[in-house]
Amino acid sequence: MTTPKLDPSPRVSDEIRKTTCYMCACRCGIDVHLSGGEVSHIEGNRDHPVNRGVLCAKGSAGIMQHVSPARLRAPMRRTGPRGSGQFEEIGWDEALDLARSWLAPLRKSAPEKFAFFTGRDQSQSFTSWWAQAFGTPNWAAHGGFCSVNMAAAGIYTIGGAFWEFGQPDWERTRLFLLFGVAEDHDSNPIKMGLGRLKERGARVIGVNPIRSGYNAVADDWFGITPGTDGLLILSLVHVLMKAGRIDLEYLTRYTDAPFLVNGDAKSAEGGLYLRDAEGKPQVLDRRTGKPAAWDAPGVVADLSHEWRHAGITHRPVLHHMAERYLTEEYSPEAVAERCGVPAERIRALAEEIARVAFEEEIVLERPWTDWKGQRHERMIGRPVSFHAMRGISAHSNGFQTCRALHVLQILLGSVEVPGGFRFKPPYPKPATAHPKPTANPKPGEPLPGPHLGFVHGPGDLLLKEDGSAARIDKAFTWENPLSAHGMMHMVISNAHAGDPYRIDTLMLYMANMAWNSSMNTSAVIDMLTATDPDTGEHVIPRIIVSDAYSSEMVAYADLVLPDTTYLERHDCISLLDRPICEAEALADSIRGPVVPPERPGHEGVRGFQSVLLDLGHRLGLPGMVREDGGPVYADYADYIVNHQRRPGVGPLAGWRDEDGTGKGRGAPNPGQLQRYIDNGGFWIDHIPEEAQFFKPWNAAYQAWAVERGLFDSPQPYVFSLWLEPLRRFQLAAEGHGERQPPEHLRARIRETLDPLPMWYPPFEQQAVDEDTYPLHALTQRPMAMYHSWGSQNAWLRQIHGENPLYVPRAVWDDLGLTEGDWVHVISPHGRITVPVALMEALNARTVWTWNAIGKRKGAWALSEDAPEATRGFLLNHIIHELLPPRGDGLRWSNSDPVTGQAAWFDLRVRLERAEPRDEALPAIPAQASPVGVGPDVVRHAKRGG
Amino acid sequence: MTALPRSTDKKLGLVIDLDTCVGCQACVISCKEWNSQGYGAPLADLDAYGSDPEGSFLNRVHTYEAVPETAADGPPVVVHFPKSCLHCDDAPCVTVCPTGASYKRSEDGIVLVEEDWCIGCGLCAWACPYGAREMDGAEKVMKKCTLCVDRIYNENIPEVDRIPSCVRTCPTGARHFGDLGDPESDVSRLVAERGGMDLMPEQGTGPVNKYLPPRPKGAPPILRDHAQADRGEVDVLAPFLEPVAEDARGFLGWLDRSLGKI
Repeated sequence: MTTPKLDPSPRVSDEIRKTTCYMCACRCGIDVHLSGGEVSHIEGNRDHPVNRGVLCAKGSAGIMQHVSPARLRAPMRRTGPRGSGQFEEIGWDEALDLARSWLAPLRKSAPEKFAFFTGRDQSQSFTSWWAQAFGTPNWAAHGGFCSVNMAAAGIYTIGGAFWEFGQPDWERTRLFLLFGVAEDHDSNPIKMGLGRLKERGARVIGVNPIRSGYNAVADDWFGITPGTDGLLILSLVHVLMKAGRIDLEYLTRYTDAPFLVNGDAKSAEGGLYLRDAEGKPQVLDRRTGKPAAWDAPGVVADLSHEWRHAGITHRPVLHHMAERYLTEEYSPEAVAERCGVPAERIRALAEEIARVAFEEEIVLERPWTDWKGQRHERMIGRPVSFHAMRGISAHSNGFQTCRALHVLQILLGSVEVPGGFRFKPPYPKPATAHPKPTANPKPGEPLPGPHLGFVHGPGDLLLKEDGSAARIDKAFTWENPLSAHGMMHMVISNAHAGDPYRIDTLMLYMANMAWNSSMNTSAVIDMLTATDPDTGEHVIPRIIVSDAYSSEMVAYADLVLPDTTYLERHDCISLLDRPICEAEALADSIRGPVVPPERPGHEGVRGFQSVLLDLGHRLGLPGMVREDGGPVYADYADYIVNHQRRPGVGPLAGWRDEDGTGKGRGAPNPGQLQRYIDNGGFWIDHIPEEAQFFKPWNAAYQAWAVERGLFDSPQPYVFSLWLEPLRRFQLAAEGHGERQPPEHLRARIRETLDPLPMWYPPFEQQAVDEDTYPLHALTQRPMAMYHSWGSQNAWLRQIHGENPLYVPRAVWDDLGLTEGDWVHVISPHGRITVPVALMEALNARTVWTWNAIGKRKGAWALSEDAPEATRGFLLNHIIHELLPPRGDGLRWSNSDPVTGQAAWFDLRVRLERAEPRDEALPAIPAQASPVGVGPDVVRHAKRGG
Repeated sequence: MTALPRSTDKKLGLVIDLDTCVGCQACVISCKEWNSQGYGAPLADLDAYGSDPEGSFLNRVHTYEAVPETAADGPPVVVHFPKSCLHCDDAPCVTVCPTGASYKRSEDGIVLVEEDWCIGCGLCAWACPYGAREMDGAEKVMKKCTLCVDRIYNENIPEVDRIPSCVRTCPTGARHFGDLGDPESDVSRLVAERGGMDLMPEQGTGPVNKYLPPRPKGAPPILRDHAQADRGEVDVLAPFLEPVAEDARGFLGWLDRSLGKI
């Protein structure tokens, strides 16, 4: 028989250019192959610290994103009604002059009337700098509706949290617990880590109402009831403390466990650390039995004794913890029913944690010296590690739950030790080393400090003289004092309500607030189109949107600034922002245009950051205009290289100084970007071995961090089991201090801003009748999709083109559902009608669906009968940004009372059978597509050159 | 009808670890991407932005749930199951081919379709018990996994990357490539260690690709032993969780005693 001929060595491409992926927030390194000048193949960069060669489905589908028919082509001005999708294309000069004509008067009169919020922006240190120069206090990114509970709880408690702040010690951990993980965040590193754990035979345990993805491969699964993770964690704390399975030496050395808490209940310092005249927290010195400053030389802190003085007993933090957590309230038997996890399984989980932490101790023969100068011959590790993200964050008890998880890690002595959780530089960085937030805008002047930061008491809140919120989103107010990422999800609702005030121009970047990034989508659409009967103007008079694609939000813009695709732009993944460091290395990276943005028919697109610099120059913003009137920065690439945040510290840390020898610190280097390109798009600088663990207390690490410009002086600190900032708000609520909360918030502040982690039922659950709304409803983002970006992707939409509501067996049988059925999903706020599917591996009281698969007709260049636009749906329609009215006339936001994080996952619903139908409800009318509909056939065939 | 080689020098194939696959679809898209621009016709997508998008894929991941018979056997489990051509020793898709377009290579055992000879009759897809072949909607030729035959010997690619695209990209490392005909190869050892299995062995196709089954789920072995010994009794937890105290007061006493020892 003749065997066909085959060329085993075809040419792959003409050229490989290395850049950073942007198909999600992971920031993997990619090798982009070009053939005939066009992108032909994308694969993972083997040298890159984030993904080490692998690439996920999104990353490989990047080509379809790059050639997407939904790409915008030129700046556009709205011609039809808002939301209609009717636009005319205009030139850049016209577009930017229009924007300038709106913004310049605002800057002169009332800069706060310009609100600028960004979504999945990876240039937050740049956009915030720009907004600061403008002078508006109203800037934030999307953290407030994502995972600020985790980030803030982590930073306040240990000086860092998961993902960008730290990672499990994948090479050494022996037990890994995942709580409520969104499978799209830190996607490749976690998958790679799980693979390593499986290879080494380490155990993986999933705690999640839904057993998909990572939970499917977990060796054991706890199908917990949503919103009760905190209760489960504190029950583990109960069992571990009761069994004495906590690391006393670690607690004594590295935490505030021995700090004395002022026991004078009547004093304005009651419940704060007992302090000396210099303000130093006090511990009992075991040598003398007397209080002493916690960091005084030679002091041996005593965990076990209280100090009685002047008739008042001051007790160490650990005593308070024993008193709280050893009560039966937290016993497995007491929490089992609410958590949906049998008591014996909770005990078994505690047992497994205890056994691995304390019986499988790791010892590294690696000497190190602590910040007090004491040398340690070895590093002791407790190989239990955790990871958690949005699942436990996006509840109205999320901050305390995230706190509880960090406290559990501390009790085990498993933070910054071999086998445990490890910080990534520039973390560890305690809340006290972060700036405080700034507001008080002055016409014509830049904001005097950064928008976001960490508050430590009522004095740091951003309130006007009349006590009302200084920011449009009401971040940093009594309602949610520690809102470190702002509250983007409240912006449109508050601006529409004129509470705290009206705004004039809203600018959004990469944020789909008219669709899947807003709670209460249908109502938000109404708010965006609402007009003021007095003026006939829109209630939100002007909206500017920058996006690369024809999203739902674009249709509501008055002015659209078209962004490039991620393969056509400059970016920096900066240490000033959300870095890509590893536990053992400092790293940052760039995006460079692998192809120019000049594609036929799309000549008008420009990278948004360069556009913003142009607009800043036109507005005459400080830092953007030279003395001769020219622009300081020609474009974003110029800014990346030459901007200095502090002398010698700029957006990129690598190859600083003219000769490229500067690491972290150094003068701008005109050749810097080329050095990055030559090195594959990233820079990495390894931490010395001695400095790789115990970083908050490790003298070698602290010295290295100062040398690299992460800090200007060493910042050793201890972990905060007891959170004084929360206690300060409680004291105010008890009547202490000048700045007092409004009456209606006193009780809630006293109850929820507890300095020790505690649990309370989510607010919506407290507000509704559980028999009427017996089920929890959740969303997840699939690993192969990311928000809206994926749905117009010709390949990914074939994997996730629609999203049924997954229903657990008990509910399925109860309602007598069969395949192909539809249900009404009814929440206290509204109803949707959607298709269902049965899922067995699901908490019995939970239904769920994939997030952001549903699309509005006419968006994303999809045909109007695309399944995303017919059968696909959003749960957002029935999640309100406010809690059900209580009859007190007040607007209570559906957010965490500490940080203001959107409580997406508190949703309660009931299901009713519906007649089978073709389209999900509500059916929002179509928007016109400014880019038409994508082609019928896609054939990607570019090779060889 | 087309003949199979009597034997092959190598048996190149994949070993897929079902204990590790999280169902992320990275392999599916990486495969689509590489194979849309290489061997044969591109993998077309019809109605790509419309109501019924349908493209050809050489590899798809399916998800199954398994429900234990009783609750005592643990909660339901979910298995992600990637499936592509298994490059069978007795490939029925080859013997059924009327033109010789479907063939199995004698040097490495890879089953391929010579698209110039393929008449698009679809017999091979009917013959394949695994559903591993898909007709391209635009070209009307049969598409299937080539084991990236244009990568694994490709001298224009760095040696480390001469592996199938799905294996190179897999973030969890759940996919392994090698010679399953060599008992000393890494993949053969992995199959031996982990009890690698044939898919539907009763079909008699002799699949070269192997699947590593999920490891047992539930409590760790040490705890399972306790539980078996003490079934029905509460205290399966000693000695790890022996209480040192019943309340805060007792805890402080324990604390005092313990600190004395540090």
